[in-house]
Parts: sequence; C-alpha cells; structure tokens
Amino acid sequence: MAETKELQQVKGDKPAVPKDAKARPAAKSTGKAPLDVPTGTPTVIVDDLHIVYRVYGAASDSEKGNAVNALTRILKRQGRPQMKEVHAVKGVTFVAYHGDAIGIVGRNGSGKSTLLRAIAGLLPPHKGAVYTDGQPSLLGVNAALMRELTGERNIVLGCYAMGMTPAEVREKYQEIVDFSGIDEFVQLPMSTYSSGMGARLRFAISSAKTHDVLLIDEALATGDREFRKKSEERIRQIRESAGTVFLVAHDLRVIEETCNRVIWLHKGKIRMDGDPKEVIAAYNKG
Amino acid sequence: MSQPESAVADAQAGGRSGEPLAKLAKRYGLRRAIARPRFPVYVRQLWERRHFILTYATSRNVSKYSNSTLGQLWQVLTPLLNAAIYFLMFGLILGGSKNIENYPAFLLTGMFIFTYTQRTVTAGAKSITGNLSMIRALHFPRASLPLAYTIQELQQLAISMSVLLVLVVATGEFPTWFWLMIPVVLLLQTMFNIGAGLVVARLGASMRDLNQLLPFITRTWLYASGVFFSIQAKVVGSAGLPQWVADLMYLNPAASFIEWMREILIKSHNPELGHHPPTMVWMSCVFWAVFALGFGFWYFWRAEERYGRG
Repeated sequence: MAETKELQQVKGDKPAVPKDAKARPAAKSTGKAPLDVPTGTPTVIVDDLHIVYRVYGAASDSEKGNAVNALTRILKRQGRPQMKEVHAVKGVTFVAYHGDAIGIVGRNGSGKSTLLRAIAGLLPPHKGAVYTDGQPSLLGVNAALMRELTGERNIVLGCYAMGMTPAEVREKYQEIVDFSGIDEFVQLPMSTYSSGMGARLRFAISSAKTHDVLLIDEALATGDREFRKKSEERIRQIRESAGTVFLVAHDLRVIEETCNRVIWLHKGKIRMDGDPKEVIAAYNKG
Repeated sequence: MSQPESAVADAQAGGRSGEPLAKLAKRYGLRRAIARPRFPVYVRQLWERRHFILTYATSRNVSKYSNSTLGQLWQVLTPLLNAAIYFLMFGLILGGSKNIENYPAFLLTGMFIFTYTQRTVTAGAKSITGNLSMIRALHFPRASLPLAYTIQELQQLAISMSVLLVLVVATGEFPTWFWLMIPVVLLLQTMFNIGAGLVVARLGASMRDLNQLLPFITRTWLYASGVFFSIQAKVVGSAGLPQWVADLMYLNPAASFIEWMREILIKSHNPELGHHPPTMVWMSCVFWAVFALGFGFWYFWRAEERYGRG
C-alpha cells in the first residue's frame, strides 16, 4: 500500500500541543465540563476521523494505456494500477464550539480541503465520525455553474443548487448582481467573462446564503482590490451570523486577523491546535 | 487496510482522556454529518429540490447546443437525421420492410421510443461520475442528478415526439381518439426510465467501466426489442421458434413500450386489435414502470452517503 511508506515518515511527528493550553481551554477540556466556557456548546465534533480517497487515472506512463499490460494484469488478478487510495486525513480529533472561528493551516496536500469536505458531510469517513449541529455548508457553488450559460441563468441555477426556494432566489437576485458588480454582463455567457468577473460572480452567489456552520475554502476573495475589500467585509458578516466558521487559507495574515483558534494540519494529522499567534509562529518556523 | 498507529496518540493529544466524543456529541444532540435520511424523508427532500432539478435539466439542455450555429434546432434535426439513416439502412438496403405495412411509421415509432430509454440510461450512468466536484461541494439528495438527466431527456422527447407525430401522419396515418393514450404510454416509459437511470447511476458510480460497456448493452437491447422487425413475424414466423420466445421478448420493457405505441399510432399494426394493445403488453408496461421506479429509488438511496468517494 502506497500510504504505509509515507506513514513511516509521519510517525515520528508527535503532535505538539501548545504548552499553555489555557489560551484555548475549550480545546483541552472536552472530556470534562465544557459548560464552564462561556460559549461552551460544541457545534462540531470530529472523532478520530480518517478519510481515504480513491483516485483514478493516476498511473505512470509505463503502466497505462497498454492492452497487453491490462490483460496480464487481469490474468495475474492484480488490481488496476490506475486506482490508488490516498489516505488524506489520518485520525483527526477536535471539538469546535459555538462562536469559534477556526483557521486551518498546512502545506499543499496536507488534507485541509478534505477535512472541510468531511465536516460538511460531503465525504464519507473511512473510519471515525464527524458530529455536527445542523448542516455545515461549504461556501462555494462553482461546481454547479455552467460556463456556457448567461450570468443570469447561473445565478438562478447556483441559488437553487444551494437549496434556496424560488421566493428566496427572486429576493436575492438583484443583491447578487449588485454585489458582484458585473452590471450588464449578467446577460452574457459566463465564458465571456474575465477571470476576475467570474470570480466575483461566483463569490456573490455563494455568499448569498446564511449558514449555521460555515466552511470557507481559500482563494475566495479574489478580484481587484476594491472587490477584495468588499468580500472580506462580507466574510466578516457571514462569520458573525454563522455559529461556527472554519477558514482554510494560505494567507496567514487573514487567518490571524479573523480566527480565534488555529489548527495546523501536517500530512493529514493535527500537528498543533491552539492560539493563532503561537500556532502560526510555529508553522512559520517549521 | 492498515491504520496509522499514531492515530491513537493524536486522539489522546486532542483531549480524549475523559468522556468519549460520541457520548459528548449525543449529550449535545449533535448528529453524524453524513447520515442517510430515512426513505420517506429522502423522497421529501428530493421534492423540495424540484426547482433545482428542473433548472439543472433545462440549463444542461441550453448549454448543450450553445456552441453550434444551429443551436436548439439540433434537437429537431438529430432525430430527423437518425430516422433518415435508419430508414435507408433497414428499410431500403436490408429490405426489412417486407411484410410490414407502413414500414416507415413502424420503424420511426420503434426508433424514437427506444432512443428515449437508451439516452436516459446512457446519460444516467454518467450522472454521478460526471458531477463528482458538485457532489463534493454541495448538499442535495444525490438522486437529483439522475433525475435531472432523465428530465433533460424528457424535454428532448417532447420535441422528437412532435417530429414523430408529423412524420407518422405524413406516412398516411390519421390521428384518432386513441392518440390521447400517447401521454399515458410516455408517462409509464418515463417512470421506467427514471428507475433505470437511478440504477445505472449507482452502478456507474462504483463501476467505472460501465460507461465503456453500455453502448454494447444498449445495442444488444436495441436488436432484441424489435425496432427494425416484427418480433412475432421474425421469431415465430421465420425462425420457427415456439411462441413463448416471442412472448418473452415482448415482455422486455423497451419492446412493450414500442409495441403499445405502434398499436396507437399505426392502423395496420395488428388490425384485428383495433388500436388496443394486447393485455400482456400493457400489463408489462405498467409492471416495469412501477417496479423500476420503486426499485430504482430504493436501490439508489441505499448508497446515498457513499457517492462522494469517487
């Protein structure tokens, strides 16, 4: 199995919990009485979560596309080399509380986005469980939109994809157009938009809905400087209305500004969990 | 599957010394993020998503032809061209028209009805695998996708059906009161298609090779459904096989729907029955519609929480 080799390397890395755990009492006292923490109701509990992805078509050049090879594989009863299992999240455990804004940092491929999807209930756990209060939602509708369609149709499609009712769609439509600032381009297919305009419209659509537990994946606040400011403001509003927010970003400054707790993921495991300043300092060193 | 040993260490470091997290979750009424809703709840959720399903189906139809010059006109042109090719191939070159009165209407009806089921099944098999990114980003009952694909094909059918009716009249048939039964047959066929689409959607999600196999399966099905020939005349008449073989072939859902539609549209098709379908045929249609719809939803729902894994 491909993952075992990687595991050997990770095994040495013991997760480092910050020394002064008082900075985040809730994170430590899950077992005892979380009631003594002011905002002490847990909203998301992640219990020894493992996520295994199956990836297709990841074979090397020498293995794929050769009929003879494929036949010998079948005869030898070997599995398809194109199908690989990726152990993206390896035993993550934490408890998030009401009012938390949790930043998740880590290098590319450390399992940040996978963890978010698992919290959202979009990826089934291989082992362990995620318990949530209400339905956590990912901020993002990109996957539902179609480039060939006009902005107008995409707004309606995106809103329905997020589960809005027709009345809500009518109510939000103008707001979305105004916020995105694409004006008369809304009548044109999205394939004619500049990348900035497309990003603006996508952000405007996905942030039109309010959520209990909100998961924000990085690179949402794109576009020009003015729009960046606008969208940061919008994220702040969303954060205030949502119970718990998870934020994945590479921009550490954003995380330090907006989060009260940071989880550092390293190769699918929690390396550190605690106060933003400490974790980010350690992350920068590592 | 090997489990990382250090996961235990992680868990302990996460403050797991006291109460188990599962208990804590229960105490605060938290539920598993991924849990399959009960079947009635699932159906209700699906109904709540009807606007999404409809919009998604329409959007796909609009975007499908957006790159061609003739655009939506292809929705009419494609069935017409298909009809012309099949008529040339089977009617004129292979001489299938022998012994069948009004062969063009016979062939076109079979072709159009079969194409509806075939396209739905082919599209349904890709409905999950083709939308993995959406499944991994948004919440909705996953059955919305195969359902939307079926509705997309239904929208196409509305157009190809009008083409068919015009062509059938052009071959010398006259509209009768029995034409009022056309929507009933199409409704039953749609029920069957939805069910079949759901089943292949689940199969296609776990067996990637199904998409490669499907063309062969549907082609075999096409030949077994008597689209180009009369099952009764070929199997019992020419091949001399016993009657039950023909009966069995008529019980195949596609053949049943085709047979019923021919009965309605073509006067010279089994004239002794006078536009009424044989009991066996309409019973087969009703059975397949109800069975496929029920089984399809149940079968698809059973794997609801696993569709994101890819």
